[in-house]
Amino acid sequence: MAIKERMSGNEAVAYAIRQVNPDVMPAFPITPSTEIPQMVSTYIANGEMDTEFIPVESEHSSMSAAIGAEAAGARSLTATSSAGLALMWEELLLAASNRMPLALTLVNRTLSGPININCDHSDGMGARDTGWIQIYAENNQEAYDNFIQAYPIAEDERVHLPIMICQDGFITSHAVENIELLEDDKVKDFVGEYEPEEFLLNPGKPVAVGPYSVSNYAMEAKKNQEIAMENSKEVILEVAKKFAEMSGRQYGLFEEYRTEDADYIMLLMGSAAGTAKEAVDELRAKGHKVGVLKLRVFRPFPAKEIAEALRGCKAVAILDRCESYNGNGGPLGSEVMAALFREKVMIEAVNYIYGLAGRDFTVTEVENVFAELAEMVENDKEVEQYQYIGLRK
Amino acid sequence: MRTDISKINETTPHQDLTEGLMVFAGGTSKQFNTGEWRTNTPIFHEDLCKQCLLCTPTCPDGCIPVINSKRQAFDMDHCKGCGICAAVCPFGAIEMKEGNV
Repeated sequence: MAIKERMSGNEAVAYAIRQVNPDVMPAFPITPSTEIPQMVSTYIANGEMDTEFIPVESEHSSMSAAIGAEAAGARSLTATSSAGLALMWEELLLAASNRMPLALTLVNRTLSGPININCDHSDGMGARDTGWIQIYAENNQEAYDNFIQAYPIAEDERVHLPIMICQDGFITSHAVENIELLEDDKVKDFVGEYEPEEFLLNPGKPVAVGPYSVSNYAMEAKKNQEIAMENSKEVILEVAKKFAEMSGRQYGLFEEYRTEDADYIMLLMGSAAGTAKEAVDELRAKGHKVGVLKLRVFRPFPAKEIAEALRGCKAVAILDRCESYNGNGGPLGSEVMAALFREKVMIEAVNYIYGLAGRDFTVTEVENVFAELAEMVENDKEVEQYQYIGLRK
Repeated sequence: MRTDISKINETTPHQDLTEGLMVFAGGTSKQFNTGEWRTNTPIFHEDLCKQCLLCTPTCPDGCIPVINSKRQAFDMDHCKGCGICAAVCPFGAIEMKEGNV
């Protein structure tokens, strides 16, 4: 029987970590992810799990220790946000190139400056080319479910890559909502034990991890890493299928909400999808054919699948909770438009930047975006192709 | 998953390289001839050597083998020519020559 509870996103992920009971967790506190290691260390202190918790002196160290533990043969993880993730930058790439299937629970917060502690995706997006799998959650339930699926994806022999389970800072991490939890034994069965074939602390079977690679080898290694990322797509779907059989909750690379006959689609990630769905319901009730494509898996980027999902609509609004400072739009805007072009899906596409540094994003704003798309398509209105939502001007 | 390092070289296709270029084997650094990097070379004057063996433990690359308490010729496959051995020798038995001699 599923367990009905009320939890914040941080509580939900900490609860999942307790159930998985990984071997090693080095962590350093940073708002808004601090609660996760705090709650995990409380579980450990209460004897409810036996993970080795390492209170390190920085995020540079927490990621280094997590990689070291993973290479030694332990299932490891850490948690962080914002500047903490930025300080891990060098190690993030090493975790991926050394093919370490460790987990990171990221609570998305903006990067300074201006200095601010609230939600946007600039931390996760900054790590988009580090070789990590990235899965984003809309709410506490998804954060919990995604974490339970993390190790089965990362540790699959076709993948062997690190995985980032992301949720929106404060909006998801601190808001208490209803949640359906799984029983401990079900989670343990689902995730299983970590049994690497080769690892450092293995007497008689020496291993060199991360050796220097001259130019004649490095490109081949990177290609192999890229292939593993491509492979992860099918593994993510297989794990989601198994998870659905256990929990009854379905996950894909993205969720299509009322898009089947939609003329206008809003594409976005994270908690704002809830707001967008609410607006879609209201607009549908008035007869507007609108829908939401909520991206769950950002890395690997499901370019072809997104393009196909958008093929039938007239216009898409691509929403980025992150500024790229490239004069051309946000990361989702750039990648989705490139995907549309490659698949020859010639629909209208507008890139909107929203919710930076915790700025509210409302149902009315979603409705305005859909109205603008309709004006553009039906009345040939000139629309700024890259613009901010809710900016005072 | 054990690696046969002798089967991997600069013409190996990417599919045949190890995951993350990890080496699942021990002692393989011996097969990496770091002596090629040498820009200065130690020359051993055996007639001046008193076999005090001060040079051996100071070599960072373990390139001065000892058999039956007697130092042998340098392992030039791995000596990088740092000159520490020449600096510690009290008898002038090791002379540094410029270049990879």
